[in-house]
Amino acid sequence: MQQKPRAYEVQLAVIGSGLAGFAASIFALERGLSTAQVGNTGAVAYTTGYLDLLGYHPVTGQQMLHDPWQGLETLRRDEPGHPYALIRNDEIADAFHLFTRAVSDMGVNYSAPGENNLAALTPSGTFKPTLSVPLTMLPGVEAHRRAARTRIVDILGLKGFSAREVVANLQDSWPGLSAVTINFPGMESGSQVYPEVMARALQVPAERELFAQQLREVAGDAEYLGLPAIMGIHEPDAVHNDLERLSGLRLFEIPTMPPAVAGIRLREAFEQIFPERGLLLIPQQKVDRVTPEADGTTLRLKDSYGDVSIHAQAVILATGRFLSGGLEALRDGVREALLNLPVTQPEGREAWYRERYFDPRGHLVNRAGIEIDPQFRPLGRDGKPASKRLFAAGVILAHQDWIRQRCGAGIAIASAYKAVESAAAMLTRQT
Amino acid sequence: MSTRGHEAELFETDVLIIGGGVTGTGVMRDLALRGIRCLLIDRRDLNAGASGGNHGLLHSGGRYASADTETATECRQEGAILKRLAAECIDDCGGLFVAVEGDDIDYAERFPERCAAAGIPCEPLTPAAARELEPGLSDKAFAVYQVPDATVDPFRLTLENVNHAQQLSDSQYLPHTEVTDFEMDDHGAITATLCRNNRSGELRRIRASQVVNAGGAWAMEIARMAGCSDVSLIYSKGTLIISNIRLSDRVINRLRPPGDGDILVPGGTVSVLGTTSDNVESLERIRPTVDEVERNLAQGAMMMPRLDHTRFIRAFSGVRPLLQASGAGSDGRKASRGFTLFDHESQGLSNFATITGGKLTTFRLMAEKTGDLVAARLGVDTPCRTATEPLPSGDAIRWTEPGFAARYWYNRRDPKDMILCECEMVPQSAIDQIVEAAPGAEEKMSLEAIGLRSRVGKGSCQGSFCAIRVGSYLYERGVYDSPDGLRQMRNFVDGRFKGVRPVLWGEQMTQMELAEALHCGLMGLDKIGSNEPGSGE
Ligand SMILES: Cc1cc2nc3c(=O)[nH]c(=O)nc-3n(C[C@H](O)[C@H](O)[C@H](O)COP(=O)(O)OP(=O)(O)OC[C@H]3O[C@@H](n4cnc5c(N)ncnc54)[C@H](O)[C@@H]3O)c2cc1C
Ligand SMILES: Cc1cc2nc3c(=O)[nH]c(=O)nc-3n(C[C@H](O)[C@H](O)[C@H](O)COP(=O)(O)OP(=O)(O)OC[C@H]3O[C@@H](n4cnc5c(N)ncnc54)[C@H](O)[C@@H]3O)c2cc1C
Repeated sequence: MQQKPRAYEVQLAVIGSGLAGFAASIFALERGLSTAQVGNTGAVAYTTGYLDLLGYHPVTGQQMLHDPWQGLETLRRDEPGHPYALIRNDEIADAFHLFTRAVSDMGVNYSAPGENNLAALTPSGTFKPTLSVPLTMLPGVEAHRRAARTRIVDILGLKGFSAREVVANLQDSWPGLSAVTINFPGMESGSQVYPEVMARALQVPAERELFAQQLREVAGDAEYLGLPAIMGIHEPDAVHNDLERLSGLRLFEIPTMPPAVAGIRLREAFEQIFPERGLLLIPQQKVDRVTPEADGTTLRLKDSYGDVSIHAQAVILATGRFLSGGLEALRDGVREALLNLPVTQPEGREAWYRERYFDPRGHLVNRAGIEIDPQFRPLGRDGKPASKRLFAAGVILAHQDWIRQRCGAGIAIASAYKAVESAAAMLTRQT
Repeated sequence: MSTRGHEAELFETDVLIIGGGVTGTGVMRDLALRGIRCLLIDRRDLNAGASGGNHGLLHSGGRYASADTETATECRQEGAILKRLAAECIDDCGGLFVAVEGDDIDYAERFPERCAAAGIPCEPLTPAAARELEPGLSDKAFAVYQVPDATVDPFRLTLENVNHAQQLSDSQYLPHTEVTDFEMDDHGAITATLCRNNRSGELRRIRASQVVNAGGAWAMEIARMAGCSDVSLIYSKGTLIISNIRLSDRVINRLRPPGDGDILVPGGTVSVLGTTSDNVESLERIRPTVDEVERNLAQGAMMMPRLDHTRFIRAFSGVRPLLQASGAGSDGRKASRGFTLFDHESQGLSNFATITGGKLTTFRLMAEKTGDLVAARLGVDTPCRTATEPLPSGDAIRWTEPGFAARYWYNRRDPKDMILCECEMVPQSAIDQIVEAAPGAEEKMSLEAIGLRSRVGKGSCQGSFCAIRVGSYLYERGVYDSPDGLRQMRNFVDGRFKGVRPVLWGEQMTQMELAEALHCGLMGLDKIGSNEPGSGE
């Protein structure tokens, strides 16, 4: 089906559909900017659902940060190039609140970002320091804090999630913890089962009744049951509440290995709700070319219906790192894939990675990325902003290590907030 | 065979063999076939040394024909024996020698007559005919010869050696047992070998009538512990890289004096390019570097231009123990590839022997010579049988063969038998068999040990995902029941990283980023302790 090229005119175009891209669209719509967003789902598909602000500082620390806000103050002093050094604590807090409220409005409820990090459970029975978690996962934090009698449930045929593994790693600090395996109703053959399939099944009330009965049967004297994340895709809180009502137990989810439902929930909620709110969303596509013009910037891409062009007054680049294609690692260096912006990087491949994988300092190549000015405008080779219309957000930014510092969502959300703020200011100046 | 005293665990055997490489396991099987009971030990595990870090080329002898007719002849003879007796370890794929523009024309022209001198069949091909057989060959090739090269799976070979020996006699294999010292009597006999159990840190004392040092590159160190100064080795480090696809049907050798990146060896669904050769002073901290990868690629691409656009999944290094013959100088590539058996009688010892040098291809012959000496010393006159007795295979040792797991799984089609390693299609039942019955299987077996006995961790994900799935499965089965299981996962991916690191660009880099997000971001493996004894080097 070949149609004539479609051309759109917007104030702001967001490139990238990761957390930074979605956060940017949320903030832009709140400001009433006409906005387009293009991008395949990136790392969102892999996320645990936890929204991290800052888990460790210094990165070599063995102790997780209890107060991440205090940690941010120290981080700015120790790492003045870090993207967080360009964003104040009150701005970050505002960004988190706006973001979690918007996502909650879309049907995926999050705990309110607070003063302290939460110790959230992982599928290996370790803890992740994070700021805000989906409400379906929050009772796990509580159960652990209270060392309540809890049973971890795994499902026959679900690979990479073992209740006994969770228990083996937590039993010393959590004596009331036990493990049990159940069959998912209708999937009893013992062959492989997938979180997404189970989550979609649990959208159906009759399935929930059968499942809740299974849970009741294996609960023993446990007050809480911890399950892999499978409690629904759309409006998971409704599924969660209903299962608690039917089983008479407190239930919580633990993230699973990717592809996991937490990310699918966010993606589907965004893709459904955003267009209703006026966002021009072109999902699952990549921008091929960006052409600066006198009166704006034109993005070009192709989708299954043909050519699309988007003419925008301002552009936010939120294309992520290697996994999402924002950065490319070639044999002779790292480059920024779309605009060929200069990338700050270690000299030569031998310096990219340290000798040991788990070197607590993290790998230097993970701190490679693009440079920005305080308005979040990427810098060109001359050290000046590449364009007055171009802004950047997310983990493509240099001088941070989101994996080791546990700050992925935080950088995405906070930098998107600042990039939108600067873009809006530029647009106001222009009119 | 063992009793636990209050200070050291005690073992007694007829022959102690030090070193679980292809040579040590070959000696074990050779002696077992003569009815002699042995104990094999390795400081780490089977194939932890050069036997796990080589090219897997079963040499036709062509590579040595120009410089060393004796080694070339040995390779030809031994290659033929192994093809007959260990067919399931071998892919008899054939090989080409290829000279490209810029290579020495005289050297290329003399090749057929040098092969003839060593009895190696060698057929000339026109470059056009060769490119028909191997479309990836450079169009700058000007001389091509076909020889009977083959490839061999050294993991399968050692596992089968040990398995057979254990079946034949009550011989035993002990992993992570490192020789630290010898006790001698006044008459030049070793009375006990002292070892450290690298997993528990405990002491082991082994009493044996005869001691064989098959320590490969470590043989000089071990001989010195016994007071012998007659073993003198050069350490030549070689690095190879593995592509994620098979680039040729046959072995492709560069027809010139040996240099970097001049052999491309296919293996199952991948190819291995190598090798560099650099003398090193120490055997510690051997790891492949970015520079070595680039050197291999620069040379290799002259024969096979596709190499420049290929995805590589890992690099690895091994150290060749080269015997320092007087007058050979210190060029690793020119030193002899032959082997030597030291009886150490000149050093005043009567029950100690060292076998080192040589090739994977010639391991059987090395084991035979060693077996002859040891048997004679023990007064056993049963002759060597390894040149006629086929190597039997076993259920628990089939899993190192590329593609075997997938065939096995499709034939059984049991949906309950879930695939844990998706790159290599390794199912749960494979892990069960290995944990229960593979040579060297033990309680709370490490993921590294399972990886060695299977294809787990060998595909394009390099263990990033399967280590976690296999680990979770072992928790589920109760094999792991403490945080030690997480440390196993951590150690395994840490070990694999050493080889992935120098080939991180393009898609492999993307994969690495996802892996790190999983291992650290999701599972928190970077924040758990790993300081247990024996966590690798
Ligand atoms: C396994 C895993 C677990 C994680 N767990 C957590 C967690 O527990 N807590 C947490 O806070 N964070 C977590 N994250 C991180 C988080 O999901 C985000 O990846 C991170 O915050 C970065 O967001 P980003 O938007 O900058 O980049 P990405 O999420 O990488 O998004 C970049 C986007 O740009 C798109 N793109 C690239 N090039 C183009 C182009 N030319 N045209 C259009 N679009 C393009 C990509 O398709 C993608 O949609 C996890 C990530 C992974 C991989
Ligand atoms: C890069 C490279 C490529 C090669 N390619 C080929 C090829 O394609 N074809 C071919 O035929 N040959 C090849 N070779 C040669 C071949 O790999 C070796 O000759 C052969 O593997 C040597 O086996 P080994 O058992 O003697 O020694 P190793 O395999 O090195 O075994 C020695 C063992 O001793 C153990 N050990 C050391 N110290 C102690 C101690 N104190 N206590 C207990 N155990 C100890 C080690 O852990 C090790 O496992 C190659 C070699 C290299 C390095």
